[in-house]
Amino acid sequence: MELIFSSLDILARWDVVLALLVGSVGGVLIGAIPGVGPAVAIAILLPATFSLDPIVGLTVLLGIYGSSMYGGAIPAILVNTPGTAVNALTTYDGFPMTARGEARRALSLAYSSSFFGGMFSVICLILFAPVLAKIAPMFGSREIFLAALLGIILVVVAHRGQALIAAALACFGIFLNTVGLEAVKYSKRYTFDQAFLSSGIDLIVVVLGLFALSQAFFLLQGEDEKTRITRLQGGLFQGLRELSRHPRIAGVSASFGVVMGMIPGVGEFTAQFLSYTYAQKSSKRPDDFGHGSSEGLIAAETSNNAVPAAAMVPLLALGIPGEALTAMMLSVFYVHNVVPGPQLFQNQMDFVVALYLALLVLNVIVLVFLLFATRHLVNVVKIPNRFLGVCILTLSFVGVYSLRNSATDCIIAAVFGLIGFVLKRLSLPAVPIILGMVLGGIMEVKLRAGMARVKTPLDFIERPISMILFLMILGVLFIHFRRTWLDRKELRQEKWSTKHSSTSFGAHLSRRRNFLLTERGKARRARRSMFSRRSTDES
Amino acid sequence: MSTPEERRFVGRLQGQVIFAIGFVAFSVLLLSQIGEQTKWAKGTNLFAQPRFWPAVGLGGMVLFGALHFWRLPRHRVRRTDVIEARIWAQPLEYALWFMGYVLLVPIIGYLPVTMAFVPALMWRMGYRSKRILWIGVAFGALVVVMFKSLLQVRIPGAVLYEYLPGGLRSFFILNL
Repeated sequence: MELIFSSLDILARWDVVLALLVGSVGGVLIGAIPGVGPAVAIAILLPATFSLDPIVGLTVLLGIYGSSMYGGAIPAILVNTPGTAVNALTTYDGFPMTARGEARRALSLAYSSSFFGGMFSVICLILFAPVLAKIAPMFGSREIFLAALLGIILVVVAHRGQALIAAALACFGIFLNTVGLEAVKYSKRYTFDQAFLSSGIDLIVVVLGLFALSQAFFLLQGEDEKTRITRLQGGLFQGLRELSRHPRIAGVSASFGVVMGMIPGVGEFTAQFLSYTYAQKSSKRPDDFGHGSSEGLIAAETSNNAVPAAAMVPLLALGIPGEALTAMMLSVFYVHNVVPGPQLFQNQMDFVVALYLALLVLNVIVLVFLLFATRHLVNVVKIPNRFLGVCILTLSFVGVYSLRNSATDCIIAAVFGLIGFVLKRLSLPAVPIILGMVLGGIMEVKLRAGMARVKTPLDFIERPISMILFLMILGVLFIHFRRTWLDRKELRQEKWSTKHSSTSFGAHLSRRRNFLLTERGKARRARRSMFSRRSTDES
Repeated sequence: MSTPEERRFVGRLQGQVIFAIGFVAFSVLLLSQIGEQTKWAKGTNLFAQPRFWPAVGLGGMVLFGALHFWRLPRHRVRRTDVIEARIWAQPLEYALWFMGYVLLVPIIGYLPVTMAFVPALMWRMGYRSKRILWIGVAFGALVVVMFKSLLQVRIPGAVLYEYLPGGLRSFFILNL
């Protein structure tokens, strides 16, 4: 109780309250505009928060992170376009509900589910905080290295069908982090004798390029879309009542969100997938899923909103960000010399609980704001794409230039903007680059420190937590390779089932010829050689 | 007709071959410089070597980039790939707009350049309505007031502000 009071004391400041308001309302607006998203907003605002107190800066960013998904549900339900990437699943059941004239019900249910998910995860984590404070100190260099490695592997394998290029991009991130002056031996790495590369490539410059500038380029290069919005009439309170009729689905989905959020590199998509699958399998009307099922909407929205609070656990307890947004927040800690990790959990528990309480208050503010302001808020969906592109480009300048007033940083950001644009065009992920940069830096430091204390490589996994993490890594790799093998088997079956001899007659003849020339030919030659042995007589 | 591999491919296939070749070539080029661009410290174990992590990063880029290329449904560059690659060059124009904006701010000033940049780029994007162009001007002014005047982000005063009279000069340098 004393801990909660001291945490409330941290929050009881006018600037923190203002940050909560700005973060929550701003986050909803940003989420509601398709094409912006929390990553762009956080990337732009990041340098501006450096001049603020850590709790104020983090509250703004957390506000955007936690509330953008609420806002993202609005265009997902009304115009079938997710406001943020994680609201994609909301369109499955949200838009069909709008199509049959139940937009108000869908929105109300989405808000209520999001609110339940957010509150559930914060309350869980406040209750678990003392346990986490006991576990966190068991993480030494080796364990943090292995946890970071697990995080990077999970990020890679989470991109199903794109794991190879995701791994290549994560390695690109690891490489980017090594550029500049190495801190222990003071030797230059890949600076090509250029002064601007000596201090390394700044994470924020890369983040701004890959997320903000690339998005601006993408919007500027595209076309404006015309959107027609359904008019909303009546109150939005019925969702809370409807949600109370599905406590099992809401509870299980929120639990999936909490657990998946805590695992670095997993996040919203896996939580949503598991929750949605569970809801569909356990439903009395599974055929309704994808056609406007209220249970599907609850599963999707509850699980994604339970993630942000849980995603703060690996960041705060171990200093390991599990996704791009928490990776950006890590830089706020570093700027203020607050090093997240076991020490933070041991010495500044009130700060950690204050952040969770801020998230709790934030969910209440967002729900109240949305219940009363949705009718006016829906108009932000109409903002033209290219106008948005111009705005993001203008705001990106503040983000990059205010860091060091360096035009070189702006050039680097523009280059990464172009790289990000190409990745967007090819539907390839940019997140592995960011996590490669952040986790690569952590792995380098922790592996060096960890290996200094071991005699043989096996000593690295002698402690229980390191052994568990090592087994988890092996397990994840095993599951991934098994899945890849099954996919390939399925592909082979598909190829055989669609092909018959006449479709590839040439190839069939070629195979036959090869067989005759190799296998059968060999057998023939071997049989003949039995009857007429090669002469050994010298001629 | 598309093959089962093409149908199952995740993401856009057009341009993938060019991207994969470019990525691997870039990685190989960087990896070939590892001897010159990094040092091997004598008497230091492998994991603490300054060369170790660049080697991990670049080695991974080459290996996984090559595997990605190998697993692509097709390996020849088609006309559609070239068309896609041309689209990649289109945002170069906006990058130049951005760099022009960056270079003009320290000379002319954050407020005037932003108030001109936003409507100018909007004009370039095809917006002709006076109302939306004025919204652009207002947006530019709002950004400057919010970030420089209120949040006090570090954007230096312009060269032109030096020619303003006394009190106005310091006000402009500090707030606009």
